[in-house]
Amino acid sequence: MKNKFSSLLKEWYEGNLSFDDRMNSEPEKVTTIKEESEKKEIRIVKDVENAEQKLTSKGYKFFSVIFCVILAVVLIGTVNFMPLFADNNTPTTNEVYEHYVGEGRDQTGAVNTVAGMILDYRAFDTLGESFVLFTATCAVLLLLEQSKNKPIKKRETFTFSNDPIVCTVVKILTPIIIVFGIYVLFNGHLSPGGGFSGGSVLGAGFILFAMAYGEDNAAKIIKPSIIRVITICSLSFYCLAKSYSFFTGNEFNGIHSIITPGTPGNIVSGGLILPLNIAVGFVVCCTMYSFYMIFKRGRLD
Amino acid sequence: MEDIITIVRLLLLISLVVCAIATAFSKRVMTALIIFTSYSIVMAVVWLLLRSPDLAITEAAVGAGVNGVLFFLTLRKLHLIDKDFADDEEGKIDEGVNVNEE
Repeated sequence: MKNKFSSLLKEWYEGNLSFDDRMNSEPEKVTTIKEESEKKEIRIVKDVENAEQKLTSKGYKFFSVIFCVILAVVLIGTVNFMPLFADNNTPTTNEVYEHYVGEGRDQTGAVNTVAGMILDYRAFDTLGESFVLFTATCAVLLLLEQSKNKPIKKRETFTFSNDPIVCTVVKILTPIIIVFGIYVLFNGHLSPGGGFSGGSVLGAGFILFAMAYGEDNAAKIIKPSIIRVITICSLSFYCLAKSYSFFTGNEFNGIHSIITPGTPGNIVSGGLILPLNIAVGFVVCCTMYSFYMIFKRGRLD
Repeated sequence: MEDIITIVRLLLLISLVVCAIATAFSKRVMTALIIFTSYSIVMAVVWLLLRSPDLAITEAAVGAGVNGVLFFLTLRKLHLIDKDFADDEEGKIDEGVNVNEE
């Protein structure tokens, strides 16, 4: 098993291993690879039996079982120390709730309490979520990217551009979906919604456009360089803006923030919530769209 | 009016359970995918009735739209959709579906 893994690793390091080729290879080849690997495994097992490694493999199994049992006991034991769900005496159901609902509007300037919570009180949590999305895009690109010299296979170029029903419906729907996404994005601090909802609606609109009019036409409008620049700029803006309010927001170091909550209810209010909403929305939108493009044709352009 | 809302809620919740079970037990991957998408649509309405419209918007966009598309592309890449059609046609792949590949 170890030899098999190391040979796979070597193959991957030398660049011969392509997941796409493996997936699209004919079934006959797959069976030969399977048979070879089975033979190898049998040989390895025999070697292990002949050598003195039998004992260590048994010990390995034994200790792994013991480790799993200990881990399960520790985790289940920890659950007992957690506060009960909806217990009245825990801070999460008393003080935090009262503080957020009672003073959140005046402190953050957001009418939508959820936006005030996730983008002001717990903004670093949302920053982590955006970076999770960014990392997911990177991982998908690493796994599924195809080289530019390789022509795109015919089975991956099917479009709906010849279908009059799909094209007409998309022509009417796409502007409405995109405008609705922008509305949800920009009104995140006033009405339900925000970065994640608006961004996913925007991304779905772009995916619909790309599906109906062909990925070639979509890639001419939304270039991969634009996606890259928007994602990086949004993430670094989020980092910088939240670092600024982190260092100026406390009362101990004497620096006062120039960002004020403003009048709750205005479109330009809520301090950093509106720009942060837009940044998160752009990241989510770019993630959705690039997922679709990479899954469909193996690259962004 | 209250009774009607209660009945609608019950219907939605029952259809959620039915969709979830049907997704797990359907034999074809494509059928499971379509039922899963309909589950997401029902879930979006349930989120709206539970007074969290922001989650409803996200569920409708991601669960019903993007998720289904990504699943479809993955299944197509893994040749699982063509297998379904091949089972139907007894080894022959339906030409109307794969008109673009030759």
